[in-house]
Amino acid sequence: MKKKLIPYSIILIFLVIFVVFYKSLKDTNIYTPEVKINNDIPIFSAKLLFFNDEISSTEIFELDKFYLLNIWASWCVPCRDEHSILMSLSKNNKLTVIGMNYKDNKKNAKIFLNELGNPYKKIIIDKNDTNSIEWGAFGVTETFIIYNNKIIKKYIGPLNQELLMEIEKILK
Amino acid sequence: MIYSVVGHYSLILGLCVSLILIFFSIQNFRNSNQLDTKILSFSFLQLFFVLISFLALIISFVISDFSNETVFNNSHTTKPLFYKISGTWGNHEGSLLLWLLVLTLFIFIFLLRTKNQPIKYKILTLAFQQVIIIGFFLFLIQTSNPFNYLFPVPGEGLGLNPILQDPALAIHPPILYLGYVGSSIIFSSALAATTLKMVSTSWAIHIKKWVLISWIFLTLGILLGSIWAYYELGWGGFWFWDPVENVSLMPWLALTTLLHCILVLERKEILTSWVIILSIATFTLSMCGTFLVRSGILNSVHTFANDPERGLFILIFLFALIFLSLFIFFFFHQTSKNNSSNFFWLSKETSILVNNWFMMYFLSVVLIGTVYPIFLDVISSQKISVGPPFYHKLIAPFLIPFLFAMAIGPRLKWIKSDLKDKIYLISLLIISILISFFIVKNFNTNVLINTILISSALYLFLITSRDFFKKKYKNFAQNTAHFGFSLLILSILFNNLFSSEIITNLKVGETYDNSKTKIVFESINQKKEKNYKSIIANFNITNSEGINNNLSPELRIYNQPNITTSEADIKTTLMKDKFIVINLVQNQDYFNVRYQVKPFMLWIWLSVIMISLGGLVSFLQKRI
Repeated sequence: MKKKLIPYSIILIFLVIFVVFYKSLKDTNIYTPEVKINNDIPIFSAKLLFFNDEISSTEIFELDKFYLLNIWASWCVPCRDEHSILMSLSKNNKLTVIGMNYKDNKKNAKIFLNELGNPYKKIIIDKNDTNSIEWGAFGVTETFIIYNNKIIKKYIGPLNQELLMEIEKILK
Repeated sequence: MIYSVVGHYSLILGLCVSLILIFFSIQNFRNSNQLDTKILSFSFLQLFFVLISFLALIISFVISDFSNETVFNNSHTTKPLFYKISGTWGNHEGSLLLWLLVLTLFIFIFLLRTKNQPIKYKILTLAFQQVIIIGFFLFLIQTSNPFNYLFPVPGEGLGLNPILQDPALAIHPPILYLGYVGSSIIFSSALAATTLKMVSTSWAIHIKKWVLISWIFLTLGILLGSIWAYYELGWGGFWFWDPVENVSLMPWLALTTLLHCILVLERKEILTSWVIILSIATFTLSMCGTFLVRSGILNSVHTFANDPERGLFILIFLFALIFLSLFIFFFFHQTSKNNSSNFFWLSKETSILVNNWFMMYFLSVVLIGTVYPIFLDVISSQKISVGPPFYHKLIAPFLIPFLFAMAIGPRLKWIKSDLKDKIYLISLLIISILISFFIVKNFNTNVLINTILISSALYLFLITSRDFFKKKYKNFAQNTAHFGFSLLILSILFNNLFSSEIITNLKVGETYDNSKTKIVFESINQKKEKNYKSIIANFNITNSEGINNNLSPELRIYNQPNITTSEADIKTTLMKDKFIVINLVQNQDYFNVRYQVKPFMLWIWLSVIMISLGGLVSFLQKRI
């Protein structure tokens, strides 16, 4: 009996592997996080880029105000494209622009902002991409519009002139 | 059009020959005084049919026959002739046809060259190989026929992916396939030998050549892929632990372990189970790699098309082979009784066995890192990705004892031995620890682990390089390969520790200057080639030692398909590579410039060539 145990268990293991591979064939491999529109924003705490403090999300987002959360990184090429849009949005006093620095190194991030200007009121650091996953994001660059602690709009990819108009419409 | 018809029908004829061959093998197996000459001629006929079909595909590519769907999808009239030809295997269908060609070629050579082995063994190997060949024929004809007809005939093709239009990549697949498919011969003959209970010393001597051939090609194939990724993908690295790279590394690890087991089995009838399991594992891992890459479960530059039907076919075929070999192993294989007690702790075979376990550990790390995300996704629909830190943390510490065993092991004798010239071994150890401590200390990095890692690699380096001068040519092959490996590890370590990088945005005429490096963006040129336009940027770079370099990275805008690629410019010198790559920043005059200084890059390539050279020497050597 003992002698037969090894072959049977090995065959069983391979059967399990087969089933798993078979199932994964059926799934698509395109990663689509749930689009969390009209959901409450996640509650989290994170470090700030320019100060060594930890800040919690409740301190950042107040009720009855518009916020724009932009996920960016110095290594991300599209982020450079949309930077001018963010700069002009930061001049709008109805809106507070918050940055989330994604998988970046602090030094490069600061160089990036020195070079192109800083549109963000606050920048939180997402070193190991746990926060952005909670937001339902899957990379850079993504932008969320937040009102009353709810995500009301989400943009995947860089912002452009058209989207700028759209955001300004929402603010009105 | 006519070539597609010829190609298609000779594929079908090839499949028929497979069936005939199986029939003859069964007949010949029953009364096996002599190898039936029909078997040899039919397997030549099969090779001939597949060759015809392969040539037909090449011709279709060369004359840009767009009535052929494969040609239409992957070629274009403006493509240079060289890439028209290499485009034949730069796609899913064509590359499978190449697999099939190598499969039939190898079994024919096997039948021709195998002497002094029982007839039954040859026939049985042929039969197992035919099972694999039939599987590939069916796969090709059923799900990925390279000769599908298009009507109306399109005027122009869609073009080959520009990043594949590269000389290194044109020969990367054929070389890699020679390695993969070579392992199929090992697989079939191991199964045949197990069934006939002849896994023994003489079998090991006979199969060693095949193990070496596939090992050499697999090593070179991986090297070419790595070189290509280094200068074409523009990430500035040579190994990314990308699932697709891992998939080629796994058979290599299994094959390397198998090679060492065979070396033991050549002299002493132990480790038979190891040999059989590893022979099976090498080929099934190659197939598993094909499955993962071709089914679209893993996404990468190697993914040709996501067709679940293809994935399903390979999956069923793969597991049929796995269960067949498991059945044969458990049913026929008996471990010899005096097997386990026969090891003396200090002997060559013990050190090989120890390192085999390390290799198996490395293999499982890579396997888990590659497959675990798929499992997790299916079981709990969580998505994770496993990156380089996982592999580095799990592999690096275990390299230390591994390298020491590589250094000491070959100096031991078979069966039972005593360590000679201990003073010399210990003094070399102290020297290498001192040198590496000095190196690491100077650069203010993580001292402890780096010192130990570098000193273990340096130790192997010193011992093997000394043996070149002392030991004449007794163990030349082994010594070359081990020397190459120590050089590889040293170069990788130094490369990791001492690389530097500058990322900045520059306009034409601007200068970047930190205290060490000065980058001047001098000018920009445009050039028009047959199948692409290119923007060439000229940089002048001065480093702290006042050495001046002109580097000209390129942006290529291909016309068919319309894709932009960045061509890095690399100045290779003996000690370091200077690597620069540019990218467009949209709607601006700025270019994103990445400049890297990477020490010892050349040595990484050279050391891998050296490792495979060791294999080649062993292949050419007559057994003493």
